[in-house]
Amino acid sequence: MADWFASRQLRRWLPWVLIVAAALVLPALLPPFRLNLLGRFLSLGIVALGIDLIWGYTGMLSLGQGIFFALGGYALGMYLQLDSLEPGQLPEFFSLYGVKSLPAFWQPFNSPLFTFFAIWVIPALVAGVLGYLVFRNRIKGVYFSILTQAALLVFFNFFNGQQKLINGTNGLKTDTAVIFGQLVGSDGMQRVLFWITVLLTIGAFLLCRWLTAGRFGDALIAIRDDEPRLRFTGYNPTAYKTVVFAVAGALAGISGALYTVQSGIVSPQYMAVPFSIEMVIWVAVGGRGTLIGAVLGAVLINYAKSLVSEALPETWLFIQGGLFLLVVTALPDGLVGWWRSGGPARLIALVAPPPKLSTYPDLDLNPAVKAEQQQLEGPSGGDLS
Amino acid sequence: MDLLYDTLFNGLAIGSVLVLAALGLAVVFGLMGVINMAHGELMMLGAYTTFVVQNIFKAVLPEALFPIYILVSIPLAFLVSGLAGLLLEKTVIRRLYGRPLETLLATWGVSLILQQFVRSVSSAFAIGLVLAVAGGILIPRFTPKAWWQQRWTPLLGTGSWIVSGGIGIGIASALGNQRALDQPWFSARNIDVTAPTWLRGSIDVGAVNMPAARLFIIALTVIALLAVSWFLQKSVWGMRIRAVTQNRPMSDCLGIPTEKVDALTFLIGSGLAGVAGVAVTLLGSVGPNLGGNYIVDCFMVVVLGGVGKLAGTVLAALGIGVLSYIVGSGSLLLVWPAMPAGLNDLITFFATTSMAKVLVFALIVVFLQIRPAGLFPQKGRMVEA
Repeated sequence: MADWFASRQLRRWLPWVLIVAAALVLPALLPPFRLNLLGRFLSLGIVALGIDLIWGYTGMLSLGQGIFFALGGYALGMYLQLDSLEPGQLPEFFSLYGVKSLPAFWQPFNSPLFTFFAIWVIPALVAGVLGYLVFRNRIKGVYFSILTQAALLVFFNFFNGQQKLINGTNGLKTDTAVIFGQLVGSDGMQRVLFWITVLLTIGAFLLCRWLTAGRFGDALIAIRDDEPRLRFTGYNPTAYKTVVFAVAGALAGISGALYTVQSGIVSPQYMAVPFSIEMVIWVAVGGRGTLIGAVLGAVLINYAKSLVSEALPETWLFIQGGLFLLVVTALPDGLVGWWRSGGPARLIALVAPPPKLSTYPDLDLNPAVKAEQQQLEGPSGGDLS
Repeated sequence: MDLLYDTLFNGLAIGSVLVLAALGLAVVFGLMGVINMAHGELMMLGAYTTFVVQNIFKAVLPEALFPIYILVSIPLAFLVSGLAGLLLEKTVIRRLYGRPLETLLATWGVSLILQQFVRSVSSAFAIGLVLAVAGGILIPRFTPKAWWQQRWTPLLGTGSWIVSGGIGIGIASALGNQRALDQPWFSARNIDVTAPTWLRGSIDVGAVNMPAARLFIIALTVIALLAVSWFLQKSVWGMRIRAVTQNRPMSDCLGIPTEKVDALTFLIGSGLAGVAGVAVTLLGSVGPNLGGNYIVDCFMVVVLGGVGKLAGTVLAALGIGVLSYIVGSGSLLLVWPAMPAGLNDLITFFATTSMAKVLVFALIVVFLQIRPAGLFPQKGRMVEA
């Protein structure tokens, strides 16, 4: 039994099989509401992949991914607002604030081609500039986290306060917009969006795997493990960090756009401080440093959240807070990391009958001997080397 | 001239709350490199302590004593928040030593739990919680000795926590049928603390109107600052704290009990958060979300001030306070009414509290380009410094 769990093939393929099966079977099984939820959560998996790149591989904990997420969402939201209008009309909310003509920065969003690029290029550029300014000064660790959080708050306050430019706290609705002759909020359209999301998630996953598999990925891991050493070896960590932060920003933008069309609205709430920290916990629960873990974590946690919030809304914060504590203290590598390092086998070995040994006597497995050994070596056990 | 005094006073008033709130955070961060995301929630505990003390004074003690309740609640809030912080250090943060990013996530989890705890705590809830914790600690004590040498012994602790947690939840929900026990103590609503009469008036100095509550907060801040700097500079334990801040391994080698120093520092830092919570109750009603309003500002103070000296914290907090007030009130327009139209528009654009925050945070990021380690960086010859 333990052998079966420990086999490499299984460990490598099982998560994949589960995901493909889910993507194929679920649209037929689930009611539209649940399917829509799943699509949303999968799109959140893309932002989680970006966080995994910068945190799991490069060791930079960004608490501000909401910025790029929302920027992508707003780009698509603005296009959808304009797309369903007659020529010369303005989106409805402008009249509430007495705005007579379309603000200049809205103009390019008339073009679908521009929007297609804006969704990921704008967040990538913002991330790149922000990242370059921070990394150039070798600001890192906790300082980096705090600065990204401050940047997030800056963007939140800006988007929240500017009614005349982007409808402020109300955000932009997208589900009443029409695209390709279909309402964005309709069931058929949502099913198409689900498939697009699945495809893009797999695409993002492959991109991340390509990035992390080669020399670039080695450099990222080197930055995580010992940045000064990498610098002294003649590499420039700033360039690597800026690039990977920009890539994560682009992924967040795509994710935000997909999430927006599937939830029907984009609002400054996407830049709320707690939401961006939640994103980090998806990655932590799934397993940082494992790409599949990021996606799995995002989907699992969000599904759990929606189920718990429907049944017992008051307990969700307790559960979420407990998850933060649990994953940090007991499961530092997340679920996938635990699985890959043979966690299930170890768990089963705790209760299953002891494995038969061919040697005699089975001294090493005797609990009394073990306890004595531990006493002799101290609580850390064999850490004397 | 009056405008200058007015601006200075209001800026000082905003800044002094920030000093008080960030002081504890800065002490802990300087020593342990730990960013405590639950700092805002420890402030909230202080605020709720004030509320409870006020109600006790109202209900039990003679009316003549009521005016001094605020003075009584200061040490009590220090104790409550300080003990909560100590518990946090002993149970969670100690395990995460040397992993600042994980600490950040874990303390965020704690902050979520504390928020929801304040919202939903009722008598039934409290009884269930106490039983669950007692069970989790006691059940393993009353198990047969032989159980401790089995292969499944690692499951024993987890299992007893699960069992006792289940018992706790069961009892809590059974008691929840009693109406009296099910009543939440605070609920999710905001609470109001009535300031005693001697804090309600205001004092006119020249043409500047100084509310007594603001003056009280400034005085409290000054006292807290003096006390902390006396403690750090003159007392034996203060000296030890400074030593560990400068060089932890060397202090350890010289026989300074670093674990005790950590615990003490956390107690003091958290206690100061409680005192800040008392101050905040005088500014308006407070709720479970109190922490979120202050935490990012506090972080900015710590980042801007640097971890080297308390003076950095004070200067940064007052600077942020004065600047926010100047920008947010748009008072530059009053000084220079004949300003060119473009500049005028710009200043009006930023003249709200939230937009002022946008500008101030952006300025901080620019400032960190010039002085990456803040106003008073800690001098050293480390690679990482």
